[in-house]
Amino acid sequence: MHTDDRSAMRAKFAPPTETPRHSGMSRRSLLATAALLITTTGATAKVVTKVLPWRPNEAYPVTPVVPGGWLFFTADEAAVVDAIIDRLIPADELGPGAKDSGVTTFIDRQLTGPYGGHDWLYMKGPFATNPLPTQGLQSPLTPRQQYRQGLAALAAYCKANFGGRSFVDLSGEDKDKLLAGMEKGDIKFEGFSSRMLFNAVHTNTMEGFFADPIYGGNKDMAGWKLIGFPGVRYDFRDVIDNPNKPYTLPPVSLQGQPAWGVR
Amino acid sequence: MVRRLPRKDVAIVGLGWTGSIMALELCRSGLDVVAIERGPWRDTATDFNIGTAPDELRYAVRHDIFLRTRQETLTMRNNSSQTALPIRRWGSFLPGNGVGGAGSHWNGQTWRFLPDDFRLRSKMIERYGEGIMPEGNQIQDWPMSYDELEPFYDKFEYVLGISGKAGNIKGQTQAGGNPFEGSRERDYPTPPMKQGYSQELFMKAAAGMGLHPFPRPSANLSSAYTNPYGCSMAPCTYCGFCERFGCSNYSKSSPQTCVLPALVREPNFEARTECEVTKVTLSGDGKMATGVVYVDANGEEWEQPADLVLLCAYGLFNVRLMLLSGIGKPYDAGTGEGVVGRNYAYQTGSGATAFFDNVNFNPFAAAGSLGAALDDYNSDNFDHGPHGFVGGASITNAYTNGRPIMYRPTPRGTPTWGSAWKKAVRETYQRVTNVGAQGSVMSYRANYLDLDPTYKDELGRPLMRMTFDYQPNEIKMANWMAERCEAIAKAMGAKTTQINRLNTPWNVVPYQSTHNTGGTVTGSDPKTSVLNRYLQSWDVPNVFVMGASTFPQNAGYNPTGTVGALTYWALDAIQKKYLKSPGALVQQ
Ligand SMILES: Cc1cc2nc3c(=O)[nH]c(=O)nc-3n(C[C@H](O)[C@H](O)[C@H](O)COP(=O)(O)OP(=O)(O)OC[C@H]3O[C@@H](n4cnc5c(N)ncnc54)[C@H](O)[C@@H]3O)c2cc1C
Ligand code: SF4
Repeated sequence: MHTDDRSAMRAKFAPPTETPRHSGMSRRSLLATAALLITTTGATAKVVTKVLPWRPNEAYPVTPVVPGGWLFFTADEAAVVDAIIDRLIPADELGPGAKDSGVTTFIDRQLTGPYGGHDWLYMKGPFATNPLPTQGLQSPLTPRQQYRQGLAALAAYCKANFGGRSFVDLSGEDKDKLLAGMEKGDIKFEGFSSRMLFNAVHTNTMEGFFADPIYGGNKDMAGWKLIGFPGVRYDFRDVIDNPNKPYTLPPVSLQGQPAWGVR
Repeated sequence: MVRRLPRKDVAIVGLGWTGSIMALELCRSGLDVVAIERGPWRDTATDFNIGTAPDELRYAVRHDIFLRTRQETLTMRNNSSQTALPIRRWGSFLPGNGVGGAGSHWNGQTWRFLPDDFRLRSKMIERYGEGIMPEGNQIQDWPMSYDELEPFYDKFEYVLGISGKAGNIKGQTQAGGNPFEGSRERDYPTPPMKQGYSQELFMKAAAGMGLHPFPRPSANLSSAYTNPYGCSMAPCTYCGFCERFGCSNYSKSSPQTCVLPALVREPNFEARTECEVTKVTLSGDGKMATGVVYVDANGEEWEQPADLVLLCAYGLFNVRLMLLSGIGKPYDAGTGEGVVGRNYAYQTGSGATAFFDNVNFNPFAAAGSLGAALDDYNSDNFDHGPHGFVGGASITNAYTNGRPIMYRPTPRGTPTWGSAWKKAVRETYQRVTNVGAQGSVMSYRANYLDLDPTYKDELGRPLMRMTFDYQPNEIKMANWMAERCEAIAKAMGAKTTQINRLNTPWNVVPYQSTHNTGGTVTGSDPKTSVLNRYLQSWDVPNVFVMGASTFPQNAGYNPTGTVGALTYWALDAIQKKYLKSPGALVQQ
């Protein structure tokens, strides 16, 4: 199934040109045995009979994010996102924060993939203007649109309310006050929900700080080290056998340990 | 243009748990079987590879291997005075897609329902009188008994290799098991999983309170096992990437590990993947199915004629296919007439969070079914008289995972960001546990499934509409259970506890459970059921429906043990009765 996904993950933020017709999924190539059966039945489905239709290593690995530059953000937007996430997860005596952990790169790369366009979601209208809180996501805005419009609205708000300054130039205290107001929805931006922007950045920051470093955030597994999550070791029989003992081994990610020189 | 393919004996819609079992057994009965599955082929070595599988963002958060709402979703509302809106991002439940279905990324908690659950209506009225029955309920007895299903529960558990400890073998109570369970012929095929430190505390505390804790039955295997189909499994490593993930170790029972390796070797089996069945076709008089129509990956439409059609598309999608195909009378909530879509039910969740000092719970050493449970407050195992509700819950202390994007609890009132949050998240991770109650949901006139008047899928067909909310009976029950959970948490030695009441109204955003039941229920009366006791359509006797859509109401357990037992039960009737003399197995 995976070829389109792979290309979608690699794609820049331009919407995918070819949209799989009804599945939002991509296709796996055929085996010779399968193809033979297809001609005998005349159907173009993937036909599986008598053998397991797999080839080694067909599962697609994710493409590791290479830090450097922005694929979605402008330099100004990236600077604001950096400044916001630095307040959300600050560097302090407990260790690095979101900014040093590459979370802005994580968000930038997520926004360029299928997540950024809500490619896998049902996005047909009509879009209700007043949904029930129990009905969940109902906005027609994709994450890319939320960031682009939300960050512009934040910039305009700061300019108007902080003497022409940008969010980046505010004092730590002012930044926190503003973010707290956005979180509650008390701050009114012109033409955009401040709360929607806050939620998008907050959600993606937590994702980036705690996701596998392969996605560009959680550099050196800082998020995992903060709480003591050992990552992808995949075998904790020793832990179950030794109840209530502190776990002391360092974490491992999909690309290995930092000591292995990956990053 | 629809093109017609050569006839098959059996067309199966969906190749998850129920579809794969049906396919294998019917091939072995000598039939030509085609299974049509809308997602891709998936198996362990390629798709659940250890180098890619333990990826929380990709699988648990972005839902890589789940059904995508763009392909199919539902609309939802809490009651019929509201306008339903599409579920655009899965939350409350997470339907599967692809070979293996939800059976490839489930947790694996594999229960039998209790004998009383199958005759709930009669039992309640006998013991407490009509007065206890909740307002607007449509609770029904099941048309088969626990004893009738017992051999088929056994069969399913031995195919899956379930790890557990029997509590009742041939009527004899067994130490260490669940004393409330129905009598079983023999013990589980593999011993129970080892438990973690938190479960040790839970079992000790509960036993001290006079309750009866036991290790819960698990499809994450405690030891190597080869099942009756010759499929081999390896011991679970407590990897903590279980629910929402395929297992890289061949340790989680799934169609991939337990059925497909045998199935693909059957010469008269064929699977067509990336093909979505759009409807069951009927004869001119509507009394027989002639086959199914599906759309392949290229958007081409095919008709697959078949003598027997089995809907194994997951409970919710079985209901939609019945509605779209015009099989059975759709339920009308206004008049209370009709049956397809009737008695939709779900599951309650409530409990208590417990914060300790100076412990290392190591929540990452976890598995989908790791946990200790007790049934003292489930079904009719306790006196409902003083409480004024029907139903119950299994109470569990478990770690299914400690994956940090989604699992990083903090005490209520903690800031959600900043240095104070950082400190709290670090301090809490190792010393928090949860005592949870998974409760039954009764069926009501007000909760149902029908076709949405506004929203359509990519093929232009109406989405299904879910109208559901927790009713006062469930709220009362779940909140009473939360107090029981808190009492246990305190007895475990928690420094502080936090009670988690049932989240109402039902909200589609937070994950609750993929335990959607009802809509094509089995029963003795065609006026209040879609299927007879063999899960055969009353209206179109060469259509059988498998899955939790057959439950008249839901019990205080995960559904799949019962889904599996019912599948083998229906299969037995198909093999022993239907194939000898095709037609209605129960006369109306
Ligand atoms: C995250 C998660 C955790 C769970 N944990 C547990 C647990 O711990 N214990 C428990 O008892 N249960 C659990 N469940 C539920 C369990 O997975 C299901 O009960 C079980 O898989 C149901 O089997 P089924 O055959 O009815 O459906 P599935 O296994 O889902 O298979 C249905 C198949 O039909 C296919 N299909 C659907 N529509 C069509 C169509 N129109 N055309 C062609 N194909 C179609 C689907 O793609 C799918 O492959 C969990 C489910 C999820 C998602
Ligand atoms: S917890 Fe066990 S069964 Fe679950 S995925 Fe990990 S190894 Fe497999």
